[in-house]
Amino acid sequence: MSEEPVFDTQGVVKKFMYVNRRAPYGTIYPLEILESVLVAAAFEQDTSVAFLDDGVFQIKKGQDPKELGMKNFSPTFRALAGYDVEKLYVEKESMDARGLKVDDFVVKVRVVSAAELAKLMAEQDILITG
Amino acid sequence: MPYTVNGNTIETDEEGYLMDLSLWTQDIAAAIAQAESVDMTDEHWQVVNFLRDYYNEYQIAPAIRVLTKAMKEKFGPEKGSNKYLYDLFPYGPAKQACKIAGLPKPTGCV
Repeated sequence: MSEEPVFDTQGVVKKFMYVNRRAPYGTIYPLEILESVLVAAAFEQDTSVAFLDDGVFQIKKGQDPKELGMKNFSPTFRALAGYDVEKLYVEKESMDARGLKVDDFVVKVRVVSAAELAKLMAEQDILITG
Repeated sequence: MPYTVNGNTIETDEEGYLMDLSLWTQDIAAAIAQAESVDMTDEHWQVVNFLRDYYNEYQIAPAIRVLTKAMKEKFGPEKGSNKYLYDLFPYGPAKQACKIAGLPKPTGCV
């Protein structure tokens, strides 16, 4: 048996988009998606994150889920720049419908229309929704 | 393997990371370092304190690539290198230094 790896994945970079559609607490999806984003970034994949529907609440300032017995993980979104994850998109329609503005978010995001986001999604190799 | 520090028993997971991060003290860090055969110098403490500051700010332990980059920004190129960190923490700076710092295992460390 040789010591050669079965899969040679060295240097393969794919376009990953993680799509957050749910409110930050109440389910484990948002936290799991965030962990997954960090793993993709650690493997130096071309990683972007989109927030739509109630997912826009994940990056809202001033979260305090202590009473829910959950950790406030919104500060972790601010670590993404250090992981070279700089493409953060918020869908304009979702943001507007919830009365939010870019200043309400803990990170700098690019606001895109649903149509623009659809185009970005079409460019991805991998889409992961939570 | 639990650590016994100043008469208190500190629980860890099977890999030796603290179960309750809030229990961390410098004495516990010293006990973990001893179990890891790391002789703590000022340079070691600088990395451990840097990791704790990072965790307080972002609520995660950084991956190694992110740690070296952040160290480089703060302390200069000499300290922001894999070699520097591996010289201090031979079993992997992110894994070993995070353990001593009382943090969870870094995400993306597989």
